[in-house]
This record gives sequence, structure tokens and C-alpha cells, in this order.
Amino acid sequence: MTASRRANRAGLAFVSPTFIVVLVVVVLPIAWTVLLAFQKARLVDIQGMGLFGNWSLDNFAQVFDSAGFWSSLGTTLLYTAGSTLGSVVLGLIAALALRKPFKGRGLLRAAMLLPYVAPVVAVAFVWEVALSPQYGVVNDWGKRLFGWDDPIAFLSTREYEVHLLGLHFDIPLALLTVIVFECWRYFPFAFLFILARLQAVPDTLEEAALVDGATPTQRFRHVLLPQLMPVIALLCVLRFIMTFNKFDDVYLLTGGGAGTDVAAVRVYDFLTARYDVGAAAAQALVLAASLMILLGFYFKFFGNKVQEEA
Amino acid sequence: MTRKAALTRAQFEERFFGVLRWFVIAFLAVITVLPFYYMVLLSLKPIDALLLDPGSLWISAKDFTLSTYRDVLRSSEDGGQGFLKFLLNSALVSLGTVVLTLVAAVPGAYAVSRLKFFGHRQVSALFLAVYLFPATLLAVPLFVIFARIGLSSSLVGLAIVYVAQTVPVSIYMLKNYLVTIPPSIEEAAALDGCSRLQTVRKVILPLALPSLMATGLYVFMIAWNEFLFALLFLAADPGEWTVSLGLAQLSNGIEVPKTVLMAGSVVLTIPVVLLFFAAERLLTEGLTSGADKS
Repeated sequence: MTASRRANRAGLAFVSPTFIVVLVVVVLPIAWTVLLAFQKARLVDIQGMGLFGNWSLDNFAQVFDSAGFWSSLGTTLLYTAGSTLGSVVLGLIAALALRKPFKGRGLLRAAMLLPYVAPVVAVAFVWEVALSPQYGVVNDWGKRLFGWDDPIAFLSTREYEVHLLGLHFDIPLALLTVIVFECWRYFPFAFLFILARLQAVPDTLEEAALVDGATPTQRFRHVLLPQLMPVIALLCVLRFIMTFNKFDDVYLLTGGGAGTDVAAVRVYDFLTARYDVGAAAAQALVLAASLMILLGFYFKFFGNKVQEEA
Repeated sequence: MTRKAALTRAQFEERFFGVLRWFVIAFLAVITVLPFYYMVLLSLKPIDALLLDPGSLWISAKDFTLSTYRDVLRSSEDGGQGFLKFLLNSALVSLGTVVLTLVAAVPGAYAVSRLKFFGHRQVSALFLAVYLFPATLLAVPLFVIFARIGLSSSLVGLAIVYVAQTVPVSIYMLKNYLVTIPPSIEEAAALDGCSRLQTVRKVILPLALPSLMATGLYVFMIAWNEFLFALLFLAADPGEWTVSLGLAQLSNGIEVPKTVLMAGSVVLTIPVVLLFFAAERLLTEGLTSGADKS
């Protein structure tokens, strides 16, 4: 037996336990979801049902026809794009600020990871209490410092009228609040990765730019940013995927009300409120398909660019 | 003349960003620490003190109370919320998940990092592709399967679901570390007569210990903090609730003061934050290793 064949055999032997676990708990359930999406299936009659049977496209018709499907998809997109962009930009700013050593940097670096490592249920409740119109610290200080007339219900106001320079416009307040929460919770993740990359940028690059008389903004734009671009692109993709499928943050903060009905919460509602497994599966499948289409576009248009930058 | 103008622009920027940097640092410190300070602060107050002065960021000596914690931790028979039991449930599920995940991930990570077997590139991509599918998508079939085989309200079922969620990222983290171990070490072990399995057990695993710990810690965090599946599978059975679920259900109770809710949040947060600070360096390096080489 040649060495390469031995390696081949050993490799397959080593990978198979892992592969079987992933197959059983991930791949098979997903495959079954695809089947369920094309069947009429409620939780009660699923017990006696075979794997295949009464095929129909009713679930998809129901998903696309149901009130609020398209607006929910729009909300999900807005929520995902806003949260991704916000957390990556904030993470980048944080990484730049903490790049050079100062007293207490190690401590602050560790403290900044708190929002990311703390349980979502706990931090969601802290935000809920802090933003509460009745007993929240934010509204109390808003009244004292900015003279707010009425307390603002951040998490249950769909449209908030803002007067700015004589103009009136409505902002989707609850959705914005949820996006800000996401940025707060996930900027440490971006910060970690960008800082690690930032510290691997060779000093000589910046020194050369400094000798050439480049200002800090120029050094950032032409020296650091190209170095960071690959990791930033990777973070954007990762955060986009994770946020698109996110359920708990929105569910805990608003319950999906006040214009924050992201698609993941709708799947949960289909599943638990109506026990309509088929419709839930169809909705989840549509969600996954939309995500893949978006990612396909991303890699088609920006994939090459990212490669070049790298 | 132009040279001088350029210099002043550079000087201005240096100074401007020098000052701005400290504002950013202060801002970051405030937004990350303040919410947690607020959480602890409220958990030590009686509800009347909160309602009387919601804006207070301090606590007077006469208001200070630990009764919120007593209320949260005491078992439900004694009129409390039974969080001690939930803590135990969470610890069991999380530790079980860590052990099962590592057992499942280590051989795969080793194979992907070392052995040029047929399809080794595709396999690692396949593992990561799992994250393309929303957890809610997995939730539907698992919900049905578990309802069918009677695992739907048990901690074992929950641990299995968590393994599914954490195996892919564990393989990724372990693999990034394993590729940095020089193959010559393994060759030396092979020359000394170790079989492949012995090499992994006696040479690779001890060398990969930091990475194993970092990965285990990360998995523990995910399992401890998880909420959706706990809600789906265990909601009907209060005896099996994890702390996250117990806290969420507590907030639905009408008669529960917000200060007690905050005490519950502190109880939920402390174990994972303590663990994190104990091993922060390990974890951040384990997570981002590979990111600085791209």
C-alpha cells in the first residue's frame, strides 16, 4: 500500500465519526425539512404519517400569500444589513482606538468582550428595563438632560415622529433600537478579528508611509484599509449570515412586534402558535433560499474584488 | 509653501485623532461596562427604590438588599423561583455538550488538518456550510423527531441539538490550531513505533491542549447562553428548564419585580463571565487564530 493510499484510508477513518454525527443531527434534519415543506403536515397528524405522502405546494402558496410576508422579508433585510454594517464599523473603530498600548488596555479589551459573551436573555432584559418608559434609566436621564416631554417607548413604537430643522419624518424606532442592540452585542466579535489582523500588519509599511508624509487618514485609507479588507469582508459575510437567521434577540426584545417581525420569528410563530409544521418548514426554506441568493450575488460581484485586495 | 501646508494638515490630524481616540476609548468603556453595572445595581435594590428614582446610578446603604437573590435562588416549594435547579440543569447540558462536541470534532479536525484523503477540501467546506441554514430550519425537524421519540422535553435531547450547533465551528477552530503543529513531530512518533491512533492520543492531543480548552470554553458559552431550542423543547416542563429559559419565563410572570429579574440575570451571567475572564487570552487567541495570517 502506498503512503498516499494509507493517508487516504486513515483520513476517511478519522473523519467518519465526525461526519456521521453531522449527518445525523444536521444534514438529515435539513433534508427532512425540505420534504416537510412540500407536504401538508401539522404536528398532530405527523405521528402517523409516513416520510412521503400527500405532496402539495400549499405551504409555499400560504407563505407567499400570507399577510406581511414581503414586509417581513424587507424588515429582515434592513435589520441584517444595519446590524452587520454597524457592528463591523464599530468593531473597526474600536480596534483602531485600542491598537496602541495604554494603561488599562488589557482590562478594557477584556471588558469590551462582555456584550458578546454574556447570555442574550440577560442582556436583553437589561436593555428592556433600561429603555422602559416607566422605570428605565434612559428615559429618566433623557428627561433631565434633553428635556424630553414624554417618555419614549423604544421597544414598542413602530413609527416615531422626529422634528428636525422644521422637517417632520417618521423613523422605525423599535427596529432601530433592535439594530442598535445587535451592533452593541456583536461589535466585540468584529473588534477581536480586526484587532488580531491589525497587529499583524508589519510596522515597516506604516513607517514608510510616514516618511512619505502621509497623514493619519491617508495612512488608514491607503495602507491599513487594504490590509484589513479581507478580514472585514469575511466578517461582513459571517455577520450577515448569522444575523439573517437570528431569532432570540428580536424575540426577547420586542416579541416581533412594532415593525420588527423578522422572518426567523415568523417561523417560530408558525411552529408554536399554529403547530403548522409544513408552513414553518416552507417559511424556513424560503428564508434559507433568500440568504443563498443574496450570498450568491455577493460573491459574484464582490468575491473577485476581495480576492484581489488579499 | 505647499510642503508647509501638508505638514500642518498632518499635524492637525495627528492631534485631532490623538484626542478623538480618548473619546472613543471612554465611549467604548461606558457602553460595555455600564449596562452590566446597571444590571448588578438594580439587582441589589428593592423595587420601590427603583420606581421612586429610576435615574439613580447609585445605591444608598439603607436600600441595599440581597432579598432579590434569595427570592431567585430559593426552590419553588419555598416560594422562590428555583434558579438553583436551573443552574444545575444548565451546567449539565453545557458540560455534556462540551464533552460530546469535542469527542465528535477532534478526529474530524485532525483528519482535515493532516491527512490528504479523498475529498478533504470538500469536507471542511461542508462542515461550515451548515451555518447557512438557520437554526430555526433545524428546529422544525428536530422538534418533530424529538416529539416522536419522546426526547422532546429532556436535557439529553437538548444537548444533542447543541452538539449539532457547535461541531462545525469546533472543527474549524481545532483545525486552525492543528495545522500549526509541525508534521515532523508526528513522523518522529511514527519512527518510534507509534500507530496513527497512538500518535494522536499521546502526541497531538497534549500539544493541542490550549486549543482544546479554548474550543471547549467557546462551546460551553454557546450552550450556556442558548435560548431558542431550550424554549422549543423544554417550555412545558419547568423541572428541566435551563437558566436562560427560566429567566425568560420569569419575565412573563406578572407579579415578578424587575429587580428580581435583574438578580436572575446576574445569576445567569456570572458563571459564563467568570469562566471567560479566567481564560480570556486563551479564548480570543483560539477564536482568531488564522485571522492574522489571511
